[in-house]
Amino acid sequence: MSLSAHDLSVSRGGIAVLEGVTFTLDPGRALILRGPNGSGKTTLLRTLAGLQPPLRGRVQAPPEARVYAGHADGIKAALTARENLSFWADIFGGGDVHAALAAFELEGLAERPAGAMSAGQKRRLGLARLIVAGREIWLLDEPTVSLDAPATAMFARTVRAHLAAGGSAVMATHIDLGLDEAEVMDVAPFKARAAALDGFDEAFL
Amino acid sequence: MRAILIRDLRLAIRAGGGFGLGLAFFLIVVVLVPFAVGPRGDLHSVIAPGILWLGALLACLLSLDRIFALDYEDGSLDLLATAPLPLEALVTLKALAHWLTTGLPLVLVAPFLAVLLNMPAAGYAPLLQALALGTPALSVIGTFGAALTVGVKRGGLLLSLLVLPLYVPTLIFGAEAARRGAEGLDHGMPLAMLAGITCGTIALLPFASAAVVRVSLR
Repeated sequence: MSLSAHDLSVSRGGIAVLEGVTFTLDPGRALILRGPNGSGKTTLLRTLAGLQPPLRGRVQAPPEARVYAGHADGIKAALTARENLSFWADIFGGGDVHAALAAFELEGLAERPAGAMSAGQKRRLGLARLIVAGREIWLLDEPTVSLDAPATAMFARTVRAHLAAGGSAVMATHIDLGLDEAEVMDVAPFKARAAALDGFDEAFL
Repeated sequence: MRAILIRDLRLAIRAGGGFGLGLAFFLIVVVLVPFAVGPRGDLHSVIAPGILWLGALLACLLSLDRIFALDYEDGSLDLLATAPLPLEALVTLKALAHWLTTGLPLVLVAPFLAVLLNMPAAGYAPLLQALALGTPALSVIGTFGAALTVGVKRGGLLLSLLVLPLYVPTLIFGAEAARRGAEGLDHGMPLAMLAGITCGTIALLPFASAAVVRVSLR
């Protein structure tokens, strides 16, 4: 299942951030978004995930194929790692919690309350959710934040396995994960012109 | 669907979940009122239905801002919004979980607290009926208010201001049913009105709440 954007403009707080974004992502491929802080990578990912409507243009992908992982991991501190994952597995229709824990080497921490885990462990738990969701298109916003080198390698391995299984991924990251299947897209050239304030009619004022 | 309900109930019961908060507040209000009013049993039995209803309403209000704020802060709400579950179902289940952890315990302890206020025994059944019919509306309306203030930092005050006027009809008919019951009068009409309000809010407000959550996440 492919994800494509056609002449997509995205906005944050009513102001256009990026415009004219066009790409097609085929199964088995990854797209890495690059760009300076504040350039609109998160806004683009949220639009692709369907959390906000595009200003113009359209996103083509079945909504039930996408899963989003943002800056916050959506982990409840009072629940254990296993309970957190089981919850998401139930919501997304029964993924394999055991495999997800194994992929991020969390078996030893499964019964620990998430509130007692370190930042990197929490992030690994957040990423393990992608596996239990069992969806084809991953939309990841800075997935490697607070991961150490072995955990980053673990993540790269998981992404590679996902792509090999016919999935695809769009991620905003500054780290080179060494993925052969990945294309890099710099969002800076798509920066919206300052005049693109929609519906703002200066002459009328 | 069930997963959301189980998770919310589990979170409410675990440490820091705020399960006993509304109940403790209700208890404190009802225990303190006789001290404030003075040793006059006749007066207590007159004001008992109103005080019990007001206490239950304020106790409900206390935990409303937790409904969405916690999920919003830790990112769960974004993830739930992109999950296969429709947002309308999510807000309905959130309201149900709130009622089960806040409204239902209040309903169950109300007759015991009514003893403290010297309420006539004839009023216990109408009070229980009125609270059981009315508190679901408080949770559903409160969920709508919580959805409206989901992106607002420290939105508790705004939430109370938005929700309190919407609580007025429920309070009027609920307290009226309990009062008429305590005085041995027919209380069918206010109970029917109360049931109507509850059914109306349950039927309509989840759609409004879901629309508001969708807008807040943008």
